[in-house]
Amino acid sequence: MSMNNQGRPSAIPAGAASFDGVTGTVTGNRGLQIEEPLIFEQDSAGRTGVDLPDVPKVASRLGAVKPRAKVGLPGLAEPQVVRHYTRLSQKNYAIDSGFYPLGSCTMKHNPRLNEKMARLPGFSDVHPMQPVSTVQGALELMDQLAHWLKTLTGMAAVTLAPAAGAHGEMCGIMAIRAAHEAKGDTGRTKILVPESAHGTNPATAAACGYSVDAIPATADGRVDLEALKAKLGPDVAGLMLTNPNTCGLFERDIIAIAEAVHAAGGYFYCDGANFNAIVGRVRPADLGIDVMHINLHKTFSTPHGGGGPGSGPVVFAESLAPYIPVPYVTHGKDGFALVENAGDGLAFGRMKAFHGQMGMFVRALSYMLSHGADGLWQASGDAVLNANYVMARLEDVMTASFEGPCMHECLFDDRFLKGTGVTTLDMAKALIDEGFHPMTMYFPLVVHGALLIEPTETESKASLDQFVDALRALAERAKSGDVAYFQAAPRLTPRRRLDETAAARKPVLRWTPPVVAEALAAE
Amino acid sequence: MRYLPLTEADRQSMLEAVRATSVEDLFRDVPKAAQLAGPIGGLPNHMGELEVERLLGTMAAKNLTAGSVPSFLGAGAYRHHVPATVDHLVQRGEFLTAYTPYQPEVSQGTLQVLFEFQTQVALLTGMDVANASMYDGATSCAEAVMMANRVTRRKKAILSGGLHPHYRDVTTTDARFIGFEAVALPAAPTGGEDLLALVDDKTSCVVVQNPDVFGHVRDYTDLAAACQAKGALLIVVVTEALSLGLLTPPGDMGADIVAAEGQSFGNALNFGGPYVGLFAVKDKYVRQMPGRLCGETVDADGRRGFVLTLSTREQHIRREKATSNICTNSGLCALAFSIHVSLLGEAGITQLAQLNHAKAVQMADKLAAVPGVEVLNDGFFNEFTVKLPKPAAAVVEDLAKRRILGGVPVSRLYPGEMEDLLLVAVTETNTDADMDAFAAALTEILGSGVLA
Repeated sequence: MSMNNQGRPSAIPAGAASFDGVTGTVTGNRGLQIEEPLIFEQDSAGRTGVDLPDVPKVASRLGAVKPRAKVGLPGLAEPQVVRHYTRLSQKNYAIDSGFYPLGSCTMKHNPRLNEKMARLPGFSDVHPMQPVSTVQGALELMDQLAHWLKTLTGMAAVTLAPAAGAHGEMCGIMAIRAAHEAKGDTGRTKILVPESAHGTNPATAAACGYSVDAIPATADGRVDLEALKAKLGPDVAGLMLTNPNTCGLFERDIIAIAEAVHAAGGYFYCDGANFNAIVGRVRPADLGIDVMHINLHKTFSTPHGGGGPGSGPVVFAESLAPYIPVPYVTHGKDGFALVENAGDGLAFGRMKAFHGQMGMFVRALSYMLSHGADGLWQASGDAVLNANYVMARLEDVMTASFEGPCMHECLFDDRFLKGTGVTTLDMAKALIDEGFHPMTMYFPLVVHGALLIEPTETESKASLDQFVDALRALAERAKSGDVAYFQAAPRLTPRRRLDETAAARKPVLRWTPPVVAEALAAE
Repeated sequence: MRYLPLTEADRQSMLEAVRATSVEDLFRDVPKAAQLAGPIGGLPNHMGELEVERLLGTMAAKNLTAGSVPSFLGAGAYRHHVPATVDHLVQRGEFLTAYTPYQPEVSQGTLQVLFEFQTQVALLTGMDVANASMYDGATSCAEAVMMANRVTRRKKAILSGGLHPHYRDVTTTDARFIGFEAVALPAAPTGGEDLLALVDDKTSCVVVQNPDVFGHVRDYTDLAAACQAKGALLIVVVTEALSLGLLTPPGDMGADIVAAEGQSFGNALNFGGPYVGLFAVKDKYVRQMPGRLCGETVDADGRRGFVLTLSTREQHIRREKATSNICTNSGLCALAFSIHVSLLGEAGITQLAQLNHAKAVQMADKLAAVPGVEVLNDGFFNEFTVKLPKPAAAVVEDLAKRRILGGVPVSRLYPGEMEDLLLVAVTETNTDADMDAFAAALTEILGSGVLA
């Protein structure tokens, strides 16, 4: 028995009521879980968390614009601000605190060395418009990252500009369009996208003015090659395909797929969201891919940050290499140079201000150097082994959608819950009470009630075993008919199930000062 | 390998459990011809922390750090002092290593931050509502134009010549591929555009920037009313968010959409990214907004909580019918923004904005006193344009050799044009000594005749 520092046993006294989800405390706090009001509810006029020098006495020169009367921000001192954000952070699940098996998201460990490197003043305190003679090291870093990405993919060119995966998709589809236009081939109005694709794929193709034609899957979870061939023709600009696909499977026919697309005059776009499965072992260029984005925040460990910032470099085969956006780094006898303007070349335009997500480039290169060629080989191998292990240990109690081996993630559907009254969502919420982040649910759309599990190479065998044991017990519990247990989950989180329908019906998207809120209510 | 917990014994027992002979056996669906036989060639093997630090440290040391010299660069990226608290809180693993808050029960921290961020952005811009952030100011601007196209069901945008050229180029790139018209006016270093004359019944929006890329500040109240009278929206772009602490905000001028860069709060220069795009609109356009939104609701026990909401606009639900393809925001940069704004508060933000303006006024006077130099702006916030008697790019190179980062040559943004113009930004980080050193060096360079 463990003892606390006063030598008393730390067990719950006999007769104490088991926790039932009701706090019963005066404050509403529950030990380490502290309720935290909005920052706007902690205002005291005039208070501030910074000390600034006096403003020099000069006549203002604002032209015709008047200074504003007030902004309406609350005043807090530094300790209050620190406590506010610290308490809020403690209401988050994170890869630092536990297993985060979100399929298709690659929630791997975010090394702190990367953070330290990105904060070196030589990278973080450099202005994007400094003379290029003063930023040779920054351009060298971009050039090095480009070299790694090209080598790992076997591709001819890369742009680092896109700010995220979906932004990279946009960039890739723009390049495809630019290439067709340069050849005077303007009759191509369609992009083919498998039914299992991420939502961003059809959204990107549609945003770029293409109509989207869905390709059905075969019974073994792959693209139906014959159905694809039947849809190919002079009206197809290209194919967008994720490989390994979102069912966690490698597209066995990928080389035949690429040949068919090329024979029909189209380009082959690969969504690189699942690159972690094959990085360092398979080069996408060898599969016939023309263009692919890479999520540095997935495969190369830059932090997800609660929803960004991401970074989505795009690699291009020789066929599309001329059609990349600005800026890009070149190397001449005077060192590195930066091409910032499209000029008369084929570069098709600009994706964002300045030169891309430099802070993410440093982190990604730090990760690549740490792993090296041998470490990446091992990492993708471990990621695939971990996923297969989870699948093997669950397939007798849950229903795997397709036969393995899987790649870096494994897909189950809800057939094992049939007749229990428990849904995929209920399972996920019960998993939260066990101390795990849920897997990806209801995606991909090609199976019913999907549960997509991606363990990544970060997890130890012990961590996987604990997760599997919890899921097995929950599956048994669901089959035993204990629906009420699942529907009440989660019980132990700072908030229990939230009313998302009410939030969307009458959106409250900001705090409103009480006086204004009262006036609005009286209207 | 320090990041890989599996031991060789683990791997063997797991291979048995999955009934595979080797890890390579698990890759059997990959065409043989495409499988590498071993670790990829042409790249080094793994390194320890010490070696990585040495390698990247050497690269970092080749750059001239803005904070090590007097630095006056702006043009859409500003060097402000970020309180130590900001970066410490941002690096809490619970913020840093969390995913997008799709599971609200285990993401209330990120969600409440986003709700507060949206409120701060709405207050600063003077608008009704804001989203949970965009990639950066330039992509925010392009998304604003596309939103105006949806709202008005028109397809022509008028872009002011005062709009940052990178923002213009991102918007015109989208125009080319997404299929709308973007009429970009020529650069207007001294203003004098007649934007309204270009507005017709096909115009969805007019895009202006305040302060504009040359630093001019203007009141757009009349333009907003005139645009709206013609059925077009007014989009106001802000690249220096701190200006919102002092100037009449775009919302008070009648803007329909504000698209801004929020880097000035909480975020380092980072050689241009990652930054944080701000996006705010009038209430009536909420459902046409791109990007993520966080909303207030209640949980099963009736307690206040937060969720991502109105996601029926988004790609993961709507697929090809989504309002945009965006899937990420700029979460951590938005957090840094929010913490910095919280530390400043009403009193701090006002004083910081005044400080920036007052120092810029002092710098403008010092430069105006240099023989041959002319300040082009009547009104400005913390950045202005000067006309030099010599090409600005060469002057800036010469200043860099003297370890002064003396502004952005306008020709860097407009190749081959306005070669005698220089953009100069001044913030609270610039000391009196910095300003004197800049003016003195400029006097020397312009007086030397070498560059003439």
